[in-house]
Amino acid sequence: MNDKLVLEVNALTKSYSTSGGPLTVLRDVTFGLGESRTCAIVGPSGSGKTTLLGLCAGLDQPTSGTVHLNGIGIHGMNEDGRAQLRSLLIGFVFQNFQLLSTLTARENVMVPVELRGDSGADDLAIELLDRVGLADRMDHYPVQLSGGEQQRVALARAFINRPKILFADEPTGNLDSDTSGKVIDLLFDLNRAAGTALVLVTHNLELASMTDCIIKLRGGKMVGSL
Amino acid sequence: MMFDRWIWLMAWRDSRASRRKLFLFSCSIVLGIAALVSITSLGRNLELAVADQAKTLLGADLVVSARQPFSARAEELIKELGGEQAREVAFSSMALFPKTEGTRLVQIRSLTDGFPFYGKFETAPVEAGESFRSLPGALVEESLMNQFNAKVGDPIKLGQLILPIAGILQKIPGEALVFSTIAPRVYIPATELPKTKLVKAESLARFKVFIKYPSTINVEALAKKHRNTSKDLRLELETVEDRKRDLGRSLNNLQTFLSLGGFIALLLGGVGVASAIHVHVKEKVPGVAVLRCLGASASRTVQIYVAQGMGLGLTGAIVGGALGVILQFFLPRVVQDFVALQIDYRIAWPSVFGAMGAGFLICVLFTLLPILPLRRVSPLAVLRASEAEPLQGDPARWLIFGLMGLGITAFSLWQSTKWYHGLAFTGGILAAFGLLAGVAKILTQVARKVISRSWPYVWRQGLANLHRPNNRTTLLMLSLGLGTFLVLTMFLVQQTLLVDLLPSGHGRQPNTVLFDVQSDQIEGVERLLKDRDLEILQRSPVVTMRLASVKGRAIGDLLKAPDRQRAPNWVLRREFRSTWRDQLVDTEESVAGYWPAERAQDVTPISLESGIAKDLGVTIGDDLVFDVQGVPITTRVAHLRNVDWRRMSPNFFVVFPSNSLEAAPAFHILTTRTPTAAAGAEMHHELIGTFPNISLIDLTLVLKTVDVIISKISLAVRFMAMFILGTGFLVLVAAILTGRYQRMQESILLRTLGASRRKVLQILLIEYFLLGFFASLTGVLLALGGAWALVHFTFKLPFHPPMLAAMVTVTSVCVITMGTGLAMSWGVLNRPPLEILRGE
Repeated sequence: MNDKLVLEVNALTKSYSTSGGPLTVLRDVTFGLGESRTCAIVGPSGSGKTTLLGLCAGLDQPTSGTVHLNGIGIHGMNEDGRAQLRSLLIGFVFQNFQLLSTLTARENVMVPVELRGDSGADDLAIELLDRVGLADRMDHYPVQLSGGEQQRVALARAFINRPKILFADEPTGNLDSDTSGKVIDLLFDLNRAAGTALVLVTHNLELASMTDCIIKLRGGKMVGSL
Repeated sequence: MMFDRWIWLMAWRDSRASRRKLFLFSCSIVLGIAALVSITSLGRNLELAVADQAKTLLGADLVVSARQPFSARAEELIKELGGEQAREVAFSSMALFPKTEGTRLVQIRSLTDGFPFYGKFETAPVEAGESFRSLPGALVEESLMNQFNAKVGDPIKLGQLILPIAGILQKIPGEALVFSTIAPRVYIPATELPKTKLVKAESLARFKVFIKYPSTINVEALAKKHRNTSKDLRLELETVEDRKRDLGRSLNNLQTFLSLGGFIALLLGGVGVASAIHVHVKEKVPGVAVLRCLGASASRTVQIYVAQGMGLGLTGAIVGGALGVILQFFLPRVVQDFVALQIDYRIAWPSVFGAMGAGFLICVLFTLLPILPLRRVSPLAVLRASEAEPLQGDPARWLIFGLMGLGITAFSLWQSTKWYHGLAFTGGILAAFGLLAGVAKILTQVARKVISRSWPYVWRQGLANLHRPNNRTTLLMLSLGLGTFLVLTMFLVQQTLLVDLLPSGHGRQPNTVLFDVQSDQIEGVERLLKDRDLEILQRSPVVTMRLASVKGRAIGDLLKAPDRQRAPNWVLRREFRSTWRDQLVDTEESVAGYWPAERAQDVTPISLESGIAKDLGVTIGDDLVFDVQGVPITTRVAHLRNVDWRRMSPNFFVVFPSNSLEAAPAFHILTTRTPTAAAGAEMHHELIGTFPNISLIDLTLVLKTVDVIISKISLAVRFMAMFILGTGFLVLVAAILTGRYQRMQESILLRTLGASRRKVLQILLIEYFLLGFFASLTGVLLALGGAWALVHFTFKLPFHPPMLAAMVTVTSVCVITMGTGLAMSWGVLNRPPLEILRGE
C-alpha cells in the first residue's frame, strides 16, 4: 500500500439554500485515497453519492470542509483553476457516456490532450482506442456506436491524460450485464496499468466489492466504510 | 490564449451536425449585407459620377437667372461677367400635335447657340442635339413623343409657331428625368421664340444666361464678387460648385434613405441570427458541461461558440457581398430617374468590404448575447441535468447591450448627414424594436393567463406554444411585425396622397384649369365654353407682385437680419400671384377679421392666408407694402383665412378687395369641368387653336403624373422593403425550422400517445396563425400610426385609414406564416413516429 494520498477529503459539507431554509445534502464526510487505490461510494438514491463525487472532482465547491487532490487544496480555487487541475490530474467516466456528439470517437478521445495543448494527441488516441478494441470504429460518431462501445470510448478518453485519479459515476448504469462486465474489466485493467486511483459511484454492490474500500452514505452522512 | 487553433478546430467539429442549419441562419443576414453592399457601392459610384460629370451638371461654368426679363442694369452686369454666353427663356405653355390633335402643357425652352458648353443633349437621332437650332426644329422629350405617338419630322405647334420635330430628347445635362413627367420639355431655337407670340411682359417665364470661361478664370471668386449686386437686381448666380453642393445634399438623402433601409434589414437579420444561435447554444449545454468537466475554462468554451458566430458572420458577409455586387447591376436602374447623373457601374471595393465588415460586426455582436450564458454552464451539469444559469445580474450582458447600442448608433451616424438624424434613427429603431418586443412579452403573458380548461385541446395547445419555453413569439413579432410595418406604411401614405388628390367623380369639382387668359380674351373664352355647355366654375384675375416692406422694414433690411428674427428667405423673395374679390370661395375659411373689410383712405385692406401671415410674423392691423410691377401699394392685414391647398382650384396667399388692383396688368385663371375625356380633348383643341397663349391644365393628367412620380418613389421604397421582407421571410423560415426541432419531440409524443396527424397539424396551424395574426396586427397598427404621422405632419393632410388594406395585410401575413410553417413541418407530420424517434 502506498501511503501518499491522491485524494484527501476532510469534514466535507454541502448545503443549498431553499425557500424552506438551508438543505444539507452532504454532512461532515472525511476520507482519503492513496495512489493506485480504488474506492466505491455506495448508498441509496438521494444519499449524496453524486454530490460527493462532484465535490471530490472539483466540479462544485463545498459549503465547508476541504478537498486535496494530489496535495493541492481545490476547495478554495475558482472554477478556472479547478478546470486546469482537472485537465492535469483527473479522468471521468459517466453513466450516460457524455461523448460530444459532433466529434468522432478518435476526436472525443483527443480532447483532453488538445485542451492541455500537448502534441501527439492523435497517436495516443489511436493507441488507446486500439486497446479498448475500437481500432476499426475510431472515425465513427457516437450515434453510430452501441452503448458499450460509447463507454469504451469514454474510458479511452478518461485515460489519455494519464490521470492521477479517475472518477466514475455509475459507469455500467446504462449497459446490459454482459457489456457491463466487459467495461468493468477494461476499467480495472486500464486503471491498474496506469496506476491511477479510482473513485466509483455505484448501486451495484458486486462492482463495489471489487474496490479496495467502500464508503457508505445515507442521508448525506457517511455511515460506514469498509 | 484567444482563438488558438484548437478553438477553431472545435468550432468546426462542433458545427458538423448543424452546418446546414447554421448556413440557413446566416442567410438571415445575407440580404441585409447585400443591400448595404449595393447601396454603399452605389453611393461611391454616385460620388464618382458627380466628380466626373461636375461641369456637365450645369452645362456651363456660371448661370445667371431671373424670373423677369433682364433689366438694363442686369444686362450691364451680364456684359461685365464676360465669357462665352448662351441664353435661354423657359416658360410653360400648351403644345399641340396637329397630326393627332393632342395637346399638353409643356415647358418650352428657347435656346441660343452654344449651350450646353459641357456635356451634350442626348437625342435620337444623335445630330439633332445640334441641328435643331439651324434647321430650325424642336427637340421634344421622349415621354411627350410617346404620349402622342409622334415621330421625328411631325409638326408641333407652340403658340403661333409650327416647327418640325427635329429629334427626340432623351437626356439633358444636369437634369433628372423624373421631373419631365410634370411638364415635358420642348427645346426650340431662340430665333423662333418671337414667332410663338407666347411671351409677353407679364408672362411667367425664367430667363437664363449660361456662361463659359477659360480654365484660367476662378469662377467661384467671380461669382462671390458679384453675388451682392446680383441679389439687388433679383438675379441668381449658380456655379458648378453650387450645383454639386445641392446635388450632393439630395444624393446624400437618397443614399441615407436606402442605406438605413438596408440597415434595418441587417438588424432584423441580426435578430434572426441571435435567436437561432440561442436555440443552437441551448442544444450545446451538455457538450459544454463535458468540455468544462474535461478541463476547458469558461472563456475557452465560450470562444468556440463565438468562433462559430464569426464563421456565421463571415459566411453571411461573403454570400451577401457577392449578392450585393450582383445587385449593383440593378440598383442604378431603380434610382436613375431621381438623379441628374449618368451612373456607371463600377465595383467599389472599399464600399463592398466596408459594408461586409459592418454586416460581419453586427452579426457577431448579435450572437454574443445568446452565447453569454455558456460562461455560466457548470461542469456539474454532466452529473445533473441543469441548464445554463439565467443571465440576470451578469454584468457582461450590459456590456454587450452597450456594444450593440454603440454599433447601431455608430452606423446610423456614419450614414446620416446630420448627427441628430442618426440619433433619431437609432431612437426610432430601438423604439420600434422595443414596442414589438414589448407587445410580444404582453402576448406571451396574456397567452399564459387566458387559457381555460374548457377550451378545445388543440386551441389550448396552440396558444400555449406562444408562451412555453423556447417559444418564437418575440422573434416572429419582430421579423413579421417590422416587415409589415415598413411596407404597409409606405403603401398607406401613397394611397392617402392619391385618394386625397383625386377629384370626386361627381359634383362641381373642376377638372380643367385655364390660365394665362388675358383680359381681352375673357369674353371669347367664356363664349367658347358656353357653346360647349361647359360651366365656368371659378374665374380669378391674377396680378404678380413682390413684397417691398413688412411692418415698415424694407425687404433688403430684413434679408440682412439674422435668420431667427425674420421670415424665411423664400417668403420675402417670392413672387406673389394675388387676386381681388369681395367674398371667400369654398376652399377658404375665415380665421380672424372680416372680409370684405372696410377700406381706409390711404391703405388697402387685404386678406392673408394664415400660414404665410405666421411666416411673415404679421397679424390683423399690420402693414405690408407690395411692389406691383413698379408701383408700391400699401396694404393692411384686415382678415386672415385658412386655405385648403389640396383642392385643385386657384388658391391665393393674398386677396385684395375689388376696385384695388383692376388697373394693374393681370391675367386670369378659369376653371371648368368637362364631362368626358373626349369632350375635354375637343375643347382643348379648339381653345388652343383660337387662343394659343392660353395654357390649360388637365387635372386628370396631373393626377396620373403624381401617380407616376409616387410610383417611382415607391419603387425605391419597395426595393428596400424587398430586402426587409425577404429578410423577414428568411428569419421566419429559420425560426420555424429551429422551432421544428423543439416541437418535433412533443409532436412525436402526441402521435405516439394516439393524437391523429390532423390534430397535430391543427395545433401547429393554430400556433402559426396566432403568431402571424398578432405580428401582422401589431405591424398594421404601427403602420397606421406611422402613416398617420407622415400624412399629418409632413403632408398636412387628413388620414383616412384604409381598413380593407389593413385586413388584406393581416390575412396575407397569416396565410404566409401558416403556409411556411406547414411546409417546414410537413416531413415530421408525414413520417411514422417510430422512424422519427429512431432518427432523433
